[in-house]
Parts: sequence; structure tokens; C-alpha cells
Amino acid sequence: MKYVTEYRDAALVRGVVDEIARVTTRPWVIMEICGGQTHAIVRYGLDQILPPSIELVHGPGCPVCVTPLELIDKALAIASQPDVIFCSYGDMLRVPGSGRDLFSVKASGGQVRVVYSPLDAVEIARQNPDKQVVFFAIGFETTAPANVMSVLAARSMGLKNFSILVSHVRVPPAMHAILGSPSNRVQGFLLAGHVCAVMGYHEYPSLAEKYRVPMAVTGFEPLDLAQGILYTVRMLEEGRLTAVENAYARTVTFEGNQPAQKTIAQVFEDCDRTWRGIGVIPMSGWRLRPEFADFDAEQRFDVGYIQTKESPLCIAGQILVGMKKPHDCSAFGKECTPEHPLGATMVSSEGACAAYYKYK
Amino acid sequence: MTDNPLNIEGAVCPVPLTHNEQIVMGHGSGGRMSHDLIRKTFLAAFDNSILRTGDDAAPLEIDGAELSVSVDAHVVTPLFFPGGDIGKLAVCGTVNDVAMLGARPLYLTAAFILEEGLPIEILQRVVDSMKSAADEAGVQIVAGDTKVVERGKADGLYVTTTGVGLRRAGQRVGGAEAKAGDVVILSGTIGDHGIAVLGARGELGFTSDIQSDVAPLNHLIEAMLDASPNIHVLRDPTRGGLATTLNEIAAQSKCGIMLNEDAIPVHPAVNAACEMLGFDPLYVANEGKLVAMVAKEDAERVLAAMRKTHYGEEAVIIGEVTAEPQSRVLLRIAIGTTRIVDMLAGEMLPRIC
Repeated sequence: MKYVTEYRDAALVRGVVDEIARVTTRPWVIMEICGGQTHAIVRYGLDQILPPSIELVHGPGCPVCVTPLELIDKALAIASQPDVIFCSYGDMLRVPGSGRDLFSVKASGGQVRVVYSPLDAVEIARQNPDKQVVFFAIGFETTAPANVMSVLAARSMGLKNFSILVSHVRVPPAMHAILGSPSNRVQGFLLAGHVCAVMGYHEYPSLAEKYRVPMAVTGFEPLDLAQGILYTVRMLEEGRLTAVENAYARTVTFEGNQPAQKTIAQVFEDCDRTWRGIGVIPMSGWRLRPEFADFDAEQRFDVGYIQTKESPLCIAGQILVGMKKPHDCSAFGKECTPEHPLGATMVSSEGACAAYYKYK
Repeated sequence: MTDNPLNIEGAVCPVPLTHNEQIVMGHGSGGRMSHDLIRKTFLAAFDNSILRTGDDAAPLEIDGAELSVSVDAHVVTPLFFPGGDIGKLAVCGTVNDVAMLGARPLYLTAAFILEEGLPIEILQRVVDSMKSAADEAGVQIVAGDTKVVERGKADGLYVTTTGVGLRRAGQRVGGAEAKAGDVVILSGTIGDHGIAVLGARGELGFTSDIQSDVAPLNHLIEAMLDASPNIHVLRDPTRGGLATTLNEIAAQSKCGIMLNEDAIPVHPAVNAACEMLGFDPLYVANEGKLVAMVAKEDAERVLAAMRKTHYGEEAVIIGEVTAEPQSRVLLRIAIGTTRIVDMLAGEMLPRIC
């Protein structure tokens, strides 16, 4: 397949990996922030051919994994209402709330639909004027443009029966939290290529300077990942600890997609956000601006007080911030499997535990 | 942003969900949830040595006649899709399951659940399609049943078919017969059916020319059995895809399977659809493909025989059976690494981004 196969070329990947081995003189801990990258690294076994002194740790960049339990419980409560069609990206259906998931709601008669785009949910709303259609708008900066477009589309169509349940999170505040933690081990970052395609990478030089941790914007194919690792190791080895480089230049520019950024800013504003397994990270999320309150499912539906309950076995929180690996968990592969996940990191195909379970 | 570090050590994570209390769609995925349901509910209740063989058809011996018997219920939305329809599926699915024990399918029965309001014209088209598929396979439909349910209680129509065939005397073909050193042969491209049906549902968000591969494979199997007495396993990788089927065989035969990623043929359009949706073609359904474990010395002869048949033209060797690691399927990747290929867990879900 054009523009894909080239970036999986074995000889090219081996060449870059050899170069990584050549420039590496000491151990380095590098975090890939994005769950899609974790998945690709493990799927292609890139970690098997890197020099042993390069340790990759997996970051919190799986939107499904970090969506807070309270919001999932809200989603379950809204989806259970008889006049609601609840639309979601596929992965979210399997994420457990306090005792149920969206599959269970569907099996009990709730109308839960998997959509591929939030605009599909808008179309469902248009076709079902007697139903309330709710889209579960989760994700990082990557999905934000499409999610805000759904609100703008619904508004321009005059739809009164469409709303979104927002749990948007942003990468830079999460990196700030990880780097500022006393237990931080991360010395270099692979920045999430898709996030940067939307946002650019102008937000990162200040982070790199503050924490003296170099970063490389990185794509998702084996060659992209090897390239991103090579850039990062070079910056580390050469002592350029405040540098931010772009190893995904075919997609990402410094400024990013400015029309998309403007549209996001028109609809969303910054807010504090709870990350499942991690806790509240200040100003790490987006929510709808007050002028779009009509499209806010949290305001449209009163689901009452929700008490949440998490499993004490799971160490997803430590995995999400790179302190532990899936294999360090006593429940991994035993009590916790993709069919019966204890933690969200096992649920999503982008979650680190699911990637390890599947491929290692 | 503040500069207060987070206390992440105290982080915890959610309670388990077992889906033991009610049926969810994942129980019908053909993957591990389906297997668990079969083991805990059906096998526990009906337990016997024939059921325990775990193949898609039952090997029976009645008065010296060696039979292969199978049943398959067919539900598909939409009823008609590029390359096939529920009728063709209902005939081919059961013909193939019967044939995978190395048997010659002879007779089918068919039970129809019809929804009130279904146009007779639709039923006629399905029945005509069944007739032509049965003719191609060389089987007769010899008994049937019809039930009608109220509107809204079925999705147009469901078809259940049962098939009976005769196994070749003295030839043991089954999921438990794979032997270390065997070669793994695949009859053609994977994922065509699953992606064709998704496309027909309008769920791809783009158009494609992918046709379902639904086809009766019994003539292909005859040609293979004629070419070699050392065919150990035959299985059609339907729901759950090639990955799930190979995991079943590895578990039944207590062997390992090593695949070469580069050798597994995937139609470019199927590959593109999978890339866009975040699916792995290894888990996408097929309805006209088979995978075979064959003694190494006979592999080329079997391949040559397969390639002379219509449904085996693109047959290739995709890997080999290994003694270790038991019950594991591994995939050799071109960059020189290997990874585990697990069984499909629950339902296959498109990724968020």
C-alpha cells in the first residue's frame, strides 16, 4: 500500500536501528506518549531489536484508558435512558464503569451505536428527531477537530436533539505532570505525531527547557518510530537536552493545522480533568464553552450522584505514567485479560496492557 | 498548570466485568468469549467424547459408515452483499464444515425463521441462491422446516442448515492432528468476506469493490485429498479470522504455529480498509478459504493440486507447525522480530484514532 509499505521496509528499519546502536553509549529511558505508538512498537517488535540499553516506557496517551470512571458511569446512565441513542467510538464499549459497560447497557435494551465519526452521530440525530442522540466525545487533540465539528454541524442544522458528553484531554499538561513527579524516570520523549499534526509542536520547547528532556515528534510506522528514537537518542547523547525535533515532517509542521486549532478554540475551553488511574491534572482537559451549553450532555441529562468504585488489584495508573510495565502487574494475564479487563489499559487496543497481552 | 507533583503511586483501576450474567454481542464473535460460553454452558451440559473433539463438524461412525455431521445457523445483515447472500452462505458454511473433516458432503437440511412482512420475492431470491450453491457443491437439500415470527422479532430471515457427508475410510483429518514439521497452507486472500459485509452495511464510510469470498470448498478438498494421504488438518477460518482458527488448532493439537507475515495474502483493498478502521486482517472473517496442515514432503504436491482448482488458485504456504511453544501462534515479521498472534477476544471494534 502506497505511503504505508515504504515505512515498514525491513532493510530501512534495520538501517536506522543499527544507527541507534552505533550512537548509543549508555542507558536511556524514553517514553512514547501515544497509545497508538505503544501498539505499533509491540506489534512490530521494535523493542526486540533496539539496543538493550534503550528502555521504552509507555505513556498515558490512550484516550480510552484515561477517561475517568465517573464520566463512564455518566455515559452508562445516559445510554440506559429509553429515549436516548448513545453513539461512541468502538473501543469505549468495552471499558468498564462501576460494574457495567456499554455492552451490558446495549444487551439490556439501551440503544448504543458504534460510529466511525462524530458526524455519523449528527446524521443519526437528524434522522431520529424524536430521540436524544448523544456522542461520547473522548480523545486527545487528535479527535478534537472532528468532535467540535459535530457540534458546529448540529448547530448549523438547527438540531435540538444532539449533544456530546465531553472528556477531552491534552498531552502537554500530562507530560508536565509526569516530568514533575518525584518518581519520574523519563529522559526523552517521542511526541505523538497525530496530536502534533493538529496542534503543531510549538507547545513543547518550553517543556523541554523546563525539565531538560529532549523530544522528537514521531509517527506510527516502524520506520517512523525508529527514526523518532534515533533523533531522541542523538539529542540525549549530544547533551542537547532542551531540543525538540521533528521526525515526522511529512505530516507535522511547527504551527500545526491552524484552522483546526481555531475551530477547537471556538467550541472548547481549558479545564481541570481527572485521568483514570492517575488523578486530576490541572487544566489538562477541554470542555464545551458556555455558549455551547445546549450541546453539553452533562447539562442536558441529570443522572444524579454517581459513586465510583475501582479495583484495588490494578496498577494501570503506574503503567500509564511509565513507572511500571504491564508484566509487573500481579493480575496481568490472570485476573486481567482483554475479555475481563481489570484496567482500562487492558481494554483499549491502544492500551499498554492490551498490546503486551496480544503481542508479547 | 501548577507545579504541584501528582501522587500517582496511589492510583487504582476498575472492577472486573465478566459478562457472565447476560449474552452480549461478543459471545457471538467466534473468539474467546464464544469459546468460554461453549465450554461453560454447552460442553458442560452435553459433554461427550465426540463433542469434545472441538472441530466444526462431528466425526460419527454408524454401522461402519464414517460420517461427518455439522450444523450452522446463519444471521447476516444485510441479507444480500457483494459476492453472496444469506442463502449461499447457509449452504457453503455447512458444506465447508462437513468437508473439513476430509469428508464428501452429500445432504443438507434447512430450517428457516421468517419475519412477518418479509417480501416473498426476497425469500425466493435466497432460496434460488441456495439451490445454485447446492448444485455447485453437489449436495441435495433433503428436508426442511419453516417458522414465522412477529415483525420485529427477527432480522428478515435466519437460515439454519445441517449437513451430512462421508469421510474417506481410514483418513484422519481434524484440528487435533497437526504435527510438528507440518507445513501450513492457506487457500487464498484473507478478510474479503468481513470487509465486503461491512461495506454493504455502509459502515466503511467509503466505497470498495471487495467481494465476499463465500464459496463451497468441497471440490478443492477432494483435490487435496486425492493429492496426498498426509493432510492432517483442514479448517475454514470464518468468524474470528485466521488468527482465531490457528489458535484453536494449536490448542487442539498441543503444538505451536509459526507464520510468516509477508507470506499471508491480503487483497490491497481489504488491507486499506483495515488500516483505516484499525482492524487486523488476521481477525477478519472469511467464508471461502481454508487453512491446511500438511506433511512437509507432500506440501508441493498438495499446493499444485490446489492451484488447479478455482478456489485454490492463490494457495500459498504461510508457515509451519512447531513442537514449541505449545498452544501458541507466533508471527515472524519482516524486520526480524516475532510476536504472539492471540485469539480474538470479544467483538472486533474499530479504533478511536
